Formats: sequence, C-alpha cells, structure tokens
Amino acid sequence: MILTIAAREWRSLFLSPLAWTVLAAQQGLMAWIFLLLVQDFQAVQGRLAGLENAPGVTDLVAAPLFRVAAWGLLLVTPLATMRLFSMERRTRSLDLLLSAPVSASEMVLGKYLGTMLFLWIGASLAGLMPLALAFGTTLDFGKLLAGLLGLSLLAAGFAAVGLYLSTLTVQPIAAAAATFGLLLGLSVVDLQETTSRLFGYLSPLRHYDALLLGLVNSADLAYYLLLSVLFLGLAIRRIDDLRLRD
Amino acid sequence: MINKTLVQVERLTRRYGEHRAVDDLSFTLRRGQVLGLLGPNGAGKSTTLRMLAGVLAPDAGRIVINGRDLLDQPRQARQAIGYLPEQPPLYRELTVDEQLYYSARLHGLSRTASHPAIARVKERCGLAEVGKRLIGHLSKGYQQRTGLAQAIVHTPPVIILDEPTIGLDPIQIQGIRTLIRELGRKQGVILSTHLLSEVQSTCTHVHILRAGRLVYAGALAELEQQRPSASLRIGLNAPPPIAELEQLPRVTQVEELGEGQFRLHHSPGALLHRILVELAYDHGWDLWELTPERESLEQMFVNLTLNQETAG
Repeated sequence: MILTIAAREWRSLFLSPLAWTVLAAQQGLMAWIFLLLVQDFQAVQGRLAGLENAPGVTDLVAAPLFRVAAWGLLLVTPLATMRLFSMERRTRSLDLLLSAPVSASEMVLGKYLGTMLFLWIGASLAGLMPLALAFGTTLDFGKLLAGLLGLSLLAAGFAAVGLYLSTLTVQPIAAAAATFGLLLGLSVVDLQETTSRLFGYLSPLRHYDALLLGLVNSADLAYYLLLSVLFLGLAIRRIDDLRLRD
Repeated sequence: MINKTLVQVERLTRRYGEHRAVDDLSFTLRRGQVLGLLGPNGAGKSTTLRMLAGVLAPDAGRIVINGRDLLDQPRQARQAIGYLPEQPPLYRELTVDEQLYYSARLHGLSRTASHPAIARVKERCGLAEVGKRLIGHLSKGYQQRTGLAQAIVHTPPVIILDEPTIGLDPIQIQGIRTLIRELGRKQGVILSTHLLSEVQSTCTHVHILRAGRLVYAGALAELEQQRPSASLRIGLNAPPPIAELEQLPRVTQVEELGEGQFRLHHSPGALLHRILVELAYDHGWDLWELTPERESLEQMFVNLTLNQETAG
C-alpha cells in the first residue's frame, strides 16, 4: 500500500515540469561550483604537498560541494513537498485516500517515500561528481560515503518537515514558504554568539558538518531520526484529525 | 442471501459548531437496492455520504458496512466501499488507466487482478476509448465517468455516489443511470441528488432529508401510490355547461380556465381521459387539448420539504 502511494507520488512529480526543472537547476549549479572547487584545489595543490597531515582532495572538493548541496536542499525540499497533502486537499482527491482501506500512517509514509526517492536522486547526482575525480587521484571513500549519508539524512529530515507543513494548508505556496522558513530558521539557529548547546543541537547543518568530516556519530544519526519521526508523527495525527474537522 | 443488509446506520449525528448537519439519522441498505437520498441543498446529504465513506467522522452514532463497524474495523469496512465524492477524486496529470490502476491497488486488488478489473470497468463506464488520455484533458462527462469507474473498479458491495450525474449532458445522464440500475442489482447503491427525476429513473428506494433529518423513507413504489389526487387539463371548442363536466365519474372538482379550457380534478387511478375522448366525440365538444396534470413527485417533494419547514 505504501509502495502504491509512493509510486503514484513519484509519477506525478515527474509528470510535472517542476521536478525536471529543479533537478536541472540543481545539477547545473552543482557542476559549476564543483568546477570552481577543483580549480581552487589545483591552485593550492603545490603548497599542500609540503605540509604534514595536509587536507586531501576529498576535504577540499567533496566536503565543500556537499555543504553547498545542503543549502540547495533547503531550497529544493519545500518545492518537492509543498504539494504532497495541500494539493490533494485542494482538489479533494484526498477523499480517495481517506475512503480507501489505507491508514493515515500508510498515506504519510507512502508520500514521504515518494518524495525521498526524488530528493535522493538529486543528492546522489551531486555525490557522483567528486567520484569523477577517482580517475585522476585517490579519494577517501569513507569520507565520501559519510558525506552522502549526511546528505541523505538531511534530505530525510527536511522532507518530513515539509510533508507535515503541507498537511496544514490547502495552499501549496503557503506550505512551501512555511517549510522554507522553518528549515532556514533551524539551520541558522546556531549562528548566535552565546552558542548554547541546545541551539547547537537543534541545527540540522551542525550535525551534517560532523558527518562531512567523516565522523559518523550515533548522536548525529539520532538527531535526523528524531527530526523525521517527530514530523511524520505530527503529520499522521493531523491526517487523522482531518476526518474530525471538515 | 439476496436481501443481505449491506449498510446499517444508527442514530448518526454530525454537528458543525452549533449547526446539526445530520441529526439522528437511521436507515439500512440491502443488496439489490438503489437508495436515493433526496433533499434540497444543505439538507445533509453529502455529509451523510462522507460519513458512510469514512472520510468524515460522526459525532455520534454507528455505521456498519457489510457487517463491519466503520469505526472499530475501518480497514475491513472500507474495503467494501466504493465512493464517488461530489468532486471526483482525480489526478489530472495521470491517464485514465493510471488513475484506475491506482484506485484498484489502493483498494487491495493485486497487480494481476487489477488489469482485467480495469478493462471491465472501462467497458462498463464507456471509457474504453480514452484509457491512454490524460484526465486533465478529458471533458467533464468523461471525468465524471472516470470518477465512477475508480469507485467501482474493485467491485465493492456498497457503492456510494454523491450527485453522480451532476454536470453531464442528457445522453450521458441516461448512460450513467442505466449503469447505476445495473450495479444496484447485484450490489447496493446509495446516491444523493436534489433531482426527483433522478430518483424516479434510478432508485428503488427513496429517503427524503430536510435539515439533517429524515422526513420520508420508503420504496419508490409506495411514494408513487401516495401521490395525491391528480388533474386533467382539457380544451374544448364547444364546451358543455360546467355542471355536466362535474357529473363525470371520479371528478371531484372542475376549474374553468377560460377560452374553453378546464382543469378536472379527479381521484387517482381513474381512466378519465378515455371517457372524455368518447364523450367529446359523441357530443361534438370538439376536443383540442388533453393534458394529464397529475401532481408530480417533484411537487410532492417540494410540498413535503416546505411543509416541514413551516411546521418546524
């Protein structure tokens, strides 16, 4: 049942020009930044050779690229999730799901999975770029994988937030704006001077940075898991609530 | 069991704030019945159907679908339902085939069982030609038929249709009505409408709703019998004295309408028109108009809902 819903979501996403446009823009931008990073690396390569314990190409190209990809996700996720429930409520096609023998959790997980697959495509396309360097140099595949894992987890957390917010309104644009605002807020919450531990913990990008360094901490993984579960749980409650409301 | 109870509704109530949209409603639907929920706009028809379909939770009352309680065993109960809401739940970007496949799978049909079911339902709903077309590009009539097809693709025992013929042209309406009557033979259909003609041409049973309450419930045949006395309008070029018309069998009252026209009120079942034609010929009244004016069900429906309104 979850797969049926995910497949339908996935199909609808790729039948709209939105998905293709987003992927193309994302890919073009990432390629440009990748080239700049490689150029920079070539410029400093000579000086690095003399240093002891110098950062390698993975640290100087792949990690910054993934950092840019994370900011890209911040823009892409609201676009990918805004229609999930708001559009179905608006066109009243949600009635089909509500009257079918499908639970609210199946609806939410199905739509979540469909969106995740889309975001993961974008993430892995970005991840493939540094892989191209493997032809000319040695890459730290451990760090690369940790970075990809981080990007996927970030996408999972962001998508859960966006999915929940799309259940709150019948206006896709409003859902997108709210998602963007909330994600951006979470991401910059640790930028203040006092560096309270709580604010630091709340920022999804802070946990992401650790993964980019190749440090796979269970605390960071737990953060993304908690973020996703919290917002998916809220979404499920909200869908059940819709039956009581209108 | 031919007369198996498919839907049992007990004391169903739903409020919107202070307003009671559905108030203490109880009824049953058996296999082989097409039940028409009739009522003016805002009578609570859609709210009732939404609750039956499990889209809206009732504030009070019980709904049992095919032996399963809709609130206690929602999955099993919903399995037995096919629902066409007021606005067909369609994805404009999908083709008709894709939409039907989605609906079939959602309602628990396996991958292999879906394809023959889709072919069958397309045939029944007249969609065979448009399977590959995008729903967004179809006319309103085809969209409505696709909506109906997605509701019945899994052959549910209970079919719930909210205003199924709204927005269709007369030929399409006939087609849908024929289909609904067919569905009603083996399954149970409950539909809402504000058109009495729809009930007359499709339903076996009618429930009339007003302000969320049931004001009439019965078989359509009973309703027909309860129709009050009817009338005939006649036009004569050489009319006899009015007293002579009043003497005719079963005539209760004669109204003179001027220019040789009369309205003859008579008790139901009288074959007055035959007698009139013979008499007019024998006496040279020169009959030029003969129109039966039996009070229509429509009029009776209006009276029923209006009377209640003034009484309540």
